[in-house]
Amino acid sequence: MPVLLVPGVLRAEAGGASRLEIAAAGTLGAVLAEVGERWPLLSRRIRDERGAVRRYVNVFVDGEQAALETPVAPGSEIQVLPSVAGGSR
Amino acid sequence: MTVLLAIGTQKGLFLATGDDDRRAWQVGPALFPGTAVYTIGVDSRGPGPQLLAAVDNSHFGPSVAVSDDLGATWHEPESAPIAFPQDAGVAVERVWQIVPGSAAEPGVVYAGTQPSALFRSADGGRSFELVRGLWEHPHRPQWGAGFGGQAIHTILPHPGDPSRLLVAMSTGGVYRSGDGGESWSPANQGIKAYFFPDPWPEFGQCVHRVARDAGDPEQLYAQNHHGVYRSTDGGDSWQSIAGTLPSDFGFPIVTHPHRPGTLWNFPLTADSERHPTELRCRVYRSTDAGEKWEPQHEGLPDGPYYPVVLRDAMCADSLDPAGVYFGTRAGEVFASNDEGETWSTVAAHLPDVLSVRAVAV
Repeated sequence: MPVLLVPGVLRAEAGGASRLEIAAAGTLGAVLAEVGERWPLLSRRIRDERGAVRRYVNVFVDGEQAALETPVAPGSEIQVLPSVAGGSR
Repeated sequence: MTVLLAIGTQKGLFLATGDDDRRAWQVGPALFPGTAVYTIGVDSRGPGPQLLAAVDNSHFGPSVAVSDDLGATWHEPESAPIAFPQDAGVAVERVWQIVPGSAAEPGVVYAGTQPSALFRSADGGRSFELVRGLWEHPHRPQWGAGFGGQAIHTILPHPGDPSRLLVAMSTGGVYRSGDGGESWSPANQGIKAYFFPDPWPEFGQCVHRVARDAGDPEQLYAQNHHGVYRSTDGGDSWQSIAGTLPSDFGFPIVTHPHRPGTLWNFPLTADSERHPTELRCRVYRSTDAGEKWEPQHEGLPDGPYYPVVLRDAMCADSLDPAGVYFGTRAGEVFASNDEGETWSTVAAHLPDVLSVRAVAV
């Protein structure tokens, strides 16, 4: 079962959890779709209403920067990290 | 009675509480720290004021947080309160304005966004729907972006007729609806767009803010990207009232809460010189609907002054005499408890001030 690692700054949106077990697998898009169903507040921090990952959010699958079509294996680890390029001016 | 002043900044929301005289202020810690608060809606139609803060996290996107207890606690809906439908093909970049509907429509709240769109809520601002009549307007592909982005920043529901609504956008200009938002028409006759080959187009103007007169709902005032105007016919036509101002450039324009014909602005030298005229921190007031303007600066900083006041960073309260407030991009906030005659400092050294709202409490 893939696991999504929630950054500290978003844990309130995931009920305080640091790791979320995801039933879906196949692609990152499928994983994020499940996140949208089960944790909608967390989901909208990661993706906009079109489903696009936000400009200053990066998602990694097993340590590699990922896109929605990136394969996700049952044992994969998905990491969501705020980009170094974001933040307040 | 005093005032709670909500101060939206580039890095959080600050709440300041005045003493009974609105002279001394206690400023609380940053709420939503690190998050820009571009506007704050205040809905005073219910049993107590409701605050709606447009929070914009540069990593995690825009949202609206609501407080029913004057900012002590805030809540956000699970789903995005303001979002484009899938067929629009775009995403909300920023919420620029949140305004309650008329008293005849309790629960109705409007929001203006970047890209330029109007949203309507029927549940007090918990969820909004795109106003398609404006989104699908044939002019929309030709609306441009100002320096700050392309956005609807002004929403003026008509106080006596819920079917009438006015919005203004940069760029695009003023549009009105007389049927509750189903259809829209531009209302820019007399507003100059010097940056076009034809400076008097039907639409495309860069209006920075529109305010409604306290006495006559058909009397409007507009601070334009160069140009200050008045309309006496609900926006059918506009006439310049910039004659006695030191400059016709600026962002905010604010009307008195009770007295017809009284309004304030904060002139800047020019779009290419965005600092106060003569480098002096001065508000300008007119008490005759813009025929004459006078500077007001007692208690404001002396000497060379460079910071600007953004369009949402000036407001008045509802008390008598009216209080007037403004914040600057240098993180200073000033208050007047006597309609601009004298000023005191509410706060300094805050992040850039983006918005201020005064709530009588």
